[in-house]
Amino acid sequence: MNTNPLTLEAHNISKSFGNIQAIRDISLTLARGEMLGILGDNGAGKSTLMKILTGYHQQTSGELLVNGTKVMLSSVDHARSFGIECVYQDLAMINTLSVYHNMFLNREILRRGPLPLLDHRAMRKKAEAALEDIGVNIPSVDVEVGALSGGQRQAVAIARAVASQAKILLLDEPLAAMGAREAALIIALIERLKARGDVSMIMIAHNYAQTLDVADRVMMIQRGTCTFEGRSAETSAAELFDIVRREYQANRVQG
Amino acid sequence: MTSRSAAQPGLASTKSHWHHLLLRFIVRAPEASIAVVGIILLVAFEVLSPNFLTNANLSTVSQFFSPWAIIACGEIMLLICGEVDLSVGQVFAFAPFVMHFTAAAGLPLFAGVIVALLVSGLLGLAIGFITVFFGVASFITTLGAMLLINGLTLTLSGGFPIDTPSTPLAAILGGWNYSEVFWAAFIALVLHLVLRNTRWGLHTIAVGGNPTGAAEAGIHTARIKMGNFVLCSVLGGFAGILNAFHVTSIDPNAGGANVMFLAIASAVIGGTSLLGGSGTILGGFIGAAVLGILQDGFTLLGINAFTFDIITGAAILITMITNVQFAKLRLRNRI
Ligand SMILES: Nc1ncnc2c1ncn2[C@@H]1O[C@H](COP(=O)(O)OP(=O)(O)O)[C@@H](O)[C@H]1O
Ligand SMILES: [Mg+2]
Repeated sequence: MNTNPLTLEAHNISKSFGNIQAIRDISLTLARGEMLGILGDNGAGKSTLMKILTGYHQQTSGELLVNGTKVMLSSVDHARSFGIECVYQDLAMINTLSVYHNMFLNREILRRGPLPLLDHRAMRKKAEAALEDIGVNIPSVDVEVGALSGGQRQAVAIARAVASQAKILLLDEPLAAMGAREAALIIALIERLKARGDVSMIMIAHNYAQTLDVADRVMMIQRGTCTFEGRSAETSAAELFDIVRREYQANRVQG
Repeated sequence: MTSRSAAQPGLASTKSHWHHLLLRFIVRAPEASIAVVGIILLVAFEVLSPNFLTNANLSTVSQFFSPWAIIACGEIMLLICGEVDLSVGQVFAFAPFVMHFTAAAGLPLFAGVIVALLVSGLLGLAIGFITVFFGVASFITTLGAMLLINGLTLTLSGGFPIDTPSTPLAAILGGWNYSEVFWAAFIALVLHLVLRNTRWGLHTIAVGGNPTGAAEAGIHTARIKMGNFVLCSVLGGFAGILNAFHVTSIDPNAGGANVMFLAIASAVIGGTSLLGGSGTILGGFIGAAVLGILQDGFTLLGINAFTFDIITGAAILITMITNVQFAKLRLRNRI
């Protein structure tokens, strides 16, 4: 087995889309079983960083290490082969498909036999078991995802990532556009996952207090660069607000 | 939740419970409503016209709608993944000429059929490639392809119809009265299975339902779209070949926008959404049959073609509206 305590490392990652530089020289580490919270304004580059870690985008420069080995993640499938799973901000859910189809999207179970036919029964059963396993309640796995509430959809998306043996789970704004009650359910779900200890997580969020509460460490991304990094226990929300305000004022003076 | 609240005691609510179940069946099984329409039309025309349910007329009806039923299968796959092919009616006319000239060059006719289908597939691939990689809306790409392929057909044929080559295969390939409808039913069944029970079908729905989401899940959306363009084009070419053997002549003006339009109309009245992400092959097949029955029944009753167009147009508008309403109901989880 691998003895490296760090499951994921990023060194000086930059990414440009044409002449827009979305992120610049971002480095991060993630230890096994750890949870890292990422904070930052809209358009700061958080999702872009996530999408590089999942192989959806490729970095323009910088390197990634998974379990201490340097890798160039060339596709989503490639990242998945290292146990990296992401719950995207838009959830990557297909509203017109049922919950169980969504949970097995692009990982479908096929029937035995000469023809490559879908095994709906097996997928339905496994989807039910996976949802129950992490305590997610929905009316039925046959319901179309479009008919679920925002929180239910988020929970299904997380269950999907967990059920696919995620070792590194990336959550992009799992609490966005959600009422307080639903947010509390999702936080409880994330805490249950963390307690199991077999999955390392990176979560993007906007609420400083919530993030400091669930994450072991937090980092702040502003205008594509990392402006703060520290342990949650040694960081206060006031401190984070201060960083944001200072950066904002500095840019006002420049601009 | 809804089923629980509907299952209250009392006579009145039992009745509304049944209404609810019926409504749910119709919304959930989009094929059901068009099938009901089809049966009503069958009964109506049988009552109004003594010649309707005769062997001769049934074979006429089946030959009538089979071309657009076959093409509808391809259009449905494309519509579900968020695209459309307006040029398939031109491939319908082009493919039989490719078959004829391949055979005339000395190859066996069977090889001509294969070459014609391959060429149809290549046309679909080119259309798909331009659509996907240059980001042109398929409405535009295939509008251009429509003219281009028609030009190819006219150039190849010199603008004149020719006789379909004779072959022992002719009976299977559309010569026998019921062979076209057998092919149409076979293709519809296979594609229904593909849509509901294979990864290809599921990914086709996913790509149309949420293109970004599908890509983030690792689905190769370009491959799915291009594959369905190829499929639709091959089906268009195949329907054209069957038609050539059935009418025993190859006509540069066969098919065209008319057969394409009827195919898309069949898809839509059968329950396929023009917005992508949902649809049904069996519904489209029944939709194609309904349009055939309507057209034939009106002819028997002596009602003219203009009236037929008015009714088809109105039927499409009405189904579009109900489809949109049903989709809203389903999303709100009301049914
Ligand atoms: N695919 C893309 N093409 C071009 N620009 C992009 C793309 N994705 C993100 N960007 C740009 O990169 C910047 C960072 O975006 P994003 O990572 O989504 O921010 P965040 O998730 O922090 O809100 C934005 O300016 C955005 O417009
Ligand atoms: Mg984002």
